[in-house]
Amino acid sequence: MHSSITKKLAITLLAWAIALVVFFPIFWMILTGFKTEGEAVATPPSLFFEPTLSGYHEVMARADYVKFAINSVVVSLGSTLLALLIAVPAAYSMAFLPTPRTRGTLLWMLSTKMLPPVGVLMPIYLLFRDLGLLDSLSGLIVIYMLMNLPIVVWMLYTFFKDVPKDILEAGRMDGAGTLQEVLYLLVPLTLPGIASTGLLSVILSWNEAFWSLNLTTSSAAPLTAFIASFSSPEGLFWAKLSAASTMAIAPILILGWMTQKQMVRGLTFGAVK
Amino acid sequence: MATLELNNIVKDFAGTQVIKGVDLEVKDREFVVFVGPSGCGKSTLLRMIAGLESVSSGDILIDGQRMNEVGPAERGLSMVFQSYALYPHMTVEDNMGFSLRLAKVPKAERREKVLEAARILQLENLLERKPKALSGGQRQRVAIGRAIVRNPSIFLFDEPLSNLDAALRVQMRIELARLHEELDATMIYVTHDQIEAMTMADKIVVLQGGIVEQVGSPMELYHHPRNRFVAGFIGSPKMNFIDVEVRDARSEGVSVRLPGGGEYAVPVDASGCQTGDILSLGIRPEHLVLDDAGPLEGEITVIERLGGVTSLYVQCHDEEWILVTDGEVAHRVRDSVRFGFVPTRAHLFAEDGLALSHLERHPLVDVERRQNRASTAADAS
Repeated sequence: MHSSITKKLAITLLAWAIALVVFFPIFWMILTGFKTEGEAVATPPSLFFEPTLSGYHEVMARADYVKFAINSVVVSLGSTLLALLIAVPAAYSMAFLPTPRTRGTLLWMLSTKMLPPVGVLMPIYLLFRDLGLLDSLSGLIVIYMLMNLPIVVWMLYTFFKDVPKDILEAGRMDGAGTLQEVLYLLVPLTLPGIASTGLLSVILSWNEAFWSLNLTTSSAAPLTAFIASFSSPEGLFWAKLSAASTMAIAPILILGWMTQKQMVRGLTFGAVK
Repeated sequence: MATLELNNIVKDFAGTQVIKGVDLEVKDREFVVFVGPSGCGKSTLLRMIAGLESVSSGDILIDGQRMNEVGPAERGLSMVFQSYALYPHMTVEDNMGFSLRLAKVPKAERREKVLEAARILQLENLLERKPKALSGGQRQRVAIGRAIVRNPSIFLFDEPLSNLDAALRVQMRIELARLHEELDATMIYVTHDQIEAMTMADKIVVLQGGIVEQVGSPMELYHHPRNRFVAGFIGSPKMNFIDVEVRDARSEGVSVRLPGGGEYAVPVDASGCQTGDILSLGIRPEHLVLDDAGPLEGEITVIERLGGVTSLYVQCHDEEWILVTDGEVAHRVRDSVRFGFVPTRAHLFAEDGLALSHLERHPLVDVERRQNRASTAADAS
């Protein structure tokens, strides 16, 4: 009895400790954003200081946050919608009309995620240049869609696999064509799964930095490029950089916070029956 | 009006034949039951009729029209699935009206048809519910309702009662038979439960290994099984089989020698049968009778008392025999008993499993199922 309480206490403390260690850098970054440049680099770091918005003012003055933010929103949502549009039919055929090669195809799709993106930077860059997609929102949407497609197909495939085949067959007996089967039966039945897949795709697109830094310069640059623009060769301005980073991650952090229940449910869907 | 004809239907699954050439004719308004052990192909055959499974070769004709390439919905059939397969995100009303919605039937007409089906199945009070808020029996009725709303020419049932508990199954069995009369529709029903087959069918199709073993009325299958498989499959407990030697084959029947001595003349067609041949004698447990002067003797090893009847397992000449006797029998385990049978109730099977046909047909074989019910019997008089 006693030992079990001690054990529980120890585990709880450990969990809190790990959580704090993981969260600390973000916490510190948010804190630094409210400091002056002097306080930001002070040693020992000052924990108690008078918060100031000067970092934020300077950031806003130097760059058009709203424009970057809109680009991020457009690119994240656009690439996610496009990925879902392609992945739903793909996952449908893999889940309900499998061939002997379906498993292999799925694994191959996932294996493309193991490839370091920098390995294909050159061909992609040249392709984008020749197609006139450099520094364009549509180009970024396409590359993010391709980046997330394997994961989106995989997740939808596992959700679709859980739908009893009988239900779709009953729909077919009732006169539903493939499109109606998907729209009236499959999608409503797997909506929680589709939603969490979409959320994950939005988050991954929002956070992506490699492609956005290499394929955009100004007009299509999303918030990741916005952050990067504050680490300049003239030296790091920690307070401004922190303020910019906080502004860049705040929307997605809030979105993640609000939808975490949905996310966890979606990601463990099918694992627990 | 709807008839169904299957001509030499074959189904190949990646090189394995699961249906090996099935011919069948289903008459208008007939209640046909496909029965057989699991893996016999009965569900596959039903799914091929439904259009959910392609036909490798052969023809499916509905009302004389070839349907092989016609989509499931255009065949004019309805199917009730074993799992009910209700749409979990729709209310009972939407479940039942889904086919009409797809067919773009106006809302008012849709509602009218759904209400009509709901009335037949006593579902009126459940129309707003979602499937998960229904009991097993109610879900079953919604699935049937969904089938009725389509007003199909043929109803297909794929083991619809196997997920229900025993009491509900008996009730639904009667309800389905009643529905068959009320709707006056052709129905094809798949089950592995021979009681369902015997009680509901006009015609039973016994399948094994993708082949039709016998087609006939329930009483025909019971009294005149075509081969040893059907004899063993229909009837519970299973028919007893022992090897016997032919002593004499004449036009009045075949005389066989029982293991303990004693000769019996079974009135079957003796052609192709010679003295000295070894045949298989089959007698149903309910046709064996305890008889102190009987030709067989053995020791009771197990007694199963069901109240109304008692099953005795008797060891006799290295074979275990099952006798179904009166529930009042007072014997105990290890008692020695003598028993016999009426020769007309015995069956003989040749080495290839085929039955030697009885010289006389059983009088109940040609009684139609409809005559077993008060409603139609009254109509007839």
